[in-house]
Amino acid sequence: MGGYTLTELGSIFVMQGFAGLSLFSVLLLMALGLAIIFGQMGVINMAHGEFMTIGAYTTVMFSVLTAKFAPGFIDYYFPFAMLVSFLIAFGIGYFVEFAMIRHLYKRPLDTLLATWGLSLIMQQIFRSAFGAREVSATLPEWLLGSFQPTESIDIPLNGIFVMGLTVFVTLGVFYFLFKSRWGLRVRATTQNRIMAGAVGINTRLVDRVSFALGCGIAGIAGAAFTTITSTGPTTGTLYIVDTFLVVVFGGAASLFGTIASAFSIAQAQSIMEFFMTGSMAKVLTLLTIIGILMLRPEGLFSIKVRK
Amino acid sequence: MNRKLENGLWRHALSLMTATALSVALVLPGATMAAPATADVSKTGLAVTDTTVTVGILHSLTGTMAISETGSVEAEKLAIDQINEMGGILGRKIEVITEDGASDWPTFAEKARKLLVQDKVATVFGCWTSASRKAALPVFEKENGLLYYPTFYEGLEQSHNVIYTGQEATQQILDGLNWVAKEKGAKTFYLIGSDYIWPRTSMKIARKHIENVLGGKVVGEEYAPLGHTQFGSIINKIRLKKPDVIYAAVVGGSNVAWFKQLKAAGITGDKQTLLTISVTEDEVLGIGGENLVGFYSIMKYFMPVENENNKKFIAAFKAKYGDDSVIGDVTQAAYLGPWLWKAAVEKAGSFDVDKVVAASPGIELTTAPEGYVKVHENHHLWSKARIGQWQADGQVKIVYESDLIEPNPFPEGYQ
Repeated sequence: MGGYTLTELGSIFVMQGFAGLSLFSVLLLMALGLAIIFGQMGVINMAHGEFMTIGAYTTVMFSVLTAKFAPGFIDYYFPFAMLVSFLIAFGIGYFVEFAMIRHLYKRPLDTLLATWGLSLIMQQIFRSAFGAREVSATLPEWLLGSFQPTESIDIPLNGIFVMGLTVFVTLGVFYFLFKSRWGLRVRATTQNRIMAGAVGINTRLVDRVSFALGCGIAGIAGAAFTTITSTGPTTGTLYIVDTFLVVVFGGAASLFGTIASAFSIAQAQSIMEFFMTGSMAKVLTLLTIIGILMLRPEGLFSIKVRK
Repeated sequence: MNRKLENGLWRHALSLMTATALSVALVLPGATMAAPATADVSKTGLAVTDTTVTVGILHSLTGTMAISETGSVEAEKLAIDQINEMGGILGRKIEVITEDGASDWPTFAEKARKLLVQDKVATVFGCWTSASRKAALPVFEKENGLLYYPTFYEGLEQSHNVIYTGQEATQQILDGLNWVAKEKGAKTFYLIGSDYIWPRTSMKIARKHIENVLGGKVVGEEYAPLGHTQFGSIINKIRLKKPDVIYAAVVGGSNVAWFKQLKAAGITGDKQTLLTISVTEDEVLGIGGENLVGFYSIMKYFMPVENENNKKFIAAFKAKYGDDSVIGDVTQAAYLGPWLWKAAVEKAGSFDVDKVVAASPGIELTTAPEGYVKVHENHHLWSKARIGQWQADGQVKIVYESDLIEPNPFPEGYQ
């Protein structure tokens, strides 16, 4: 085959497989927070990308401060940065729900406009606070470079890290939604708000915590993405389209759908990218998605609900 | 200089400038000594009074391009401040109207029209991406305005109303390719860029040069959509092709992802030759020096360029915008704009666009931070190309410097 040895082709196959998996975990991590907010609550949060940017800037700040005040700590700061990213994004999400979203539950299209406005406001705040230039976090040594199981295979360490994190967060979300009392209340509220209120569930608090949680997860995603790319005021807009794509394609109300959709989009994209140009791959992926959504408007998976 | 020292006023001005470390030694023609009458220097109704002349700055202050264009605005304002401190142009202080193109190409055209029609500015320093220039160009040509455009770009353009202070494609690309072919013995090239006009045109020129002049081979040509952040598949393709040189023109946030992922995939400067035409000191801030170690950039200006002009320029820039500021290639080219305009206006003895344009070819600037530049009849600059190798701390080491290269926006055999 084209003068390549079998080992070489094998190595490329392994690395290509990993590239697909790595894209899958990135897409899933972006979409998880939105799957809760859009999927469970039906709120179209156009500012989702900006909550990721909050997480990314938090991590960058952490890295700058660590390098300045505790250089010896630079190898360990990352988990703390992610935790703080989660907390800050959670806190801001909590406030945004209180100040804005809760007044608009009955007007879904207005939420779209309002959150879009919010995203523009947040972008300008980032620009004023952190400057227009893109910044990067100084990564700990253990996140740089590659893992070499054999001579010719290089697996990026940051890819492995993002993958591990995605598994962890996904399991956490599943546990929260399907095993905890809180999850029970969230699901009850989603399925029948009035009835849930009648049996004594504080549906307003459920809304607020769900929204904040979605934002918090976006914060974690943003923190993780500092290992892949840089952070600027408009970084969020890069992610928002893909994020909605994954959630809508998967079927809005289903977490399994989100996972399946992230997986198929990622694999299709990365395999096609290998055989044709990046732009063509993107075009074909989008065309396929549009085609499937025309046949199945509710997405890959949908929960049967009484209408 | 003697004539200047005889004049008490100039001695005063000179000492003031030295004291503030903002001085840029300029060859000042005698015309600036006394302000000529407004009716003589402006016959086309430009915004010129007895004491002031108004110019426009038109860049993206908001939106995705603000990242890149901020440095250009800073440099243009610095040059204008310095010119004002030296007494202005034809005895008139420069006043600036800044408009925001908002990273939106139609907005550039609209704001250009506002600056030319409503504000009657004498000249505009601005535009950054080729798309914004192409959008604003018809306005400049219709209203007969003047634009100083700072970015290195794909060439294939020459307008009566534009002076291009950055490199056009051949000034940047050909020398770089010659250098890797000679120094690294490169035979096979992998071309990768973001998917829009500038990388595509540049790669077209590069491919012709590699195939027809260097006798090398292009083993892959790849364009990633703007904003692309997942380069895993592309990197695997490169690995399969094993090119001698990766030739890159990836821009924006993608650029950062591209270099981070190259490093994560074990493709580093000690094993692979990579030459890029899209990384300046500005981009390195975001990419991080550690991801670029050993890779090469070709530009006309890097901060360590050694000459007195550059030392003064960097000191003045840092004094105004903070010690942490970095200056990329385009920032330096933007700084040339006001100085070139000043020289042309003084040569013409008028602010009128047609006279300034007519006076422009042949204008020399010995005070440019990049060294010496001269305006060609095709409105581009004669300038040098330099290749820098990136170090871990984000600084660059200049490993090659060309002679002055004649600008040639319409290269034959490359289209």
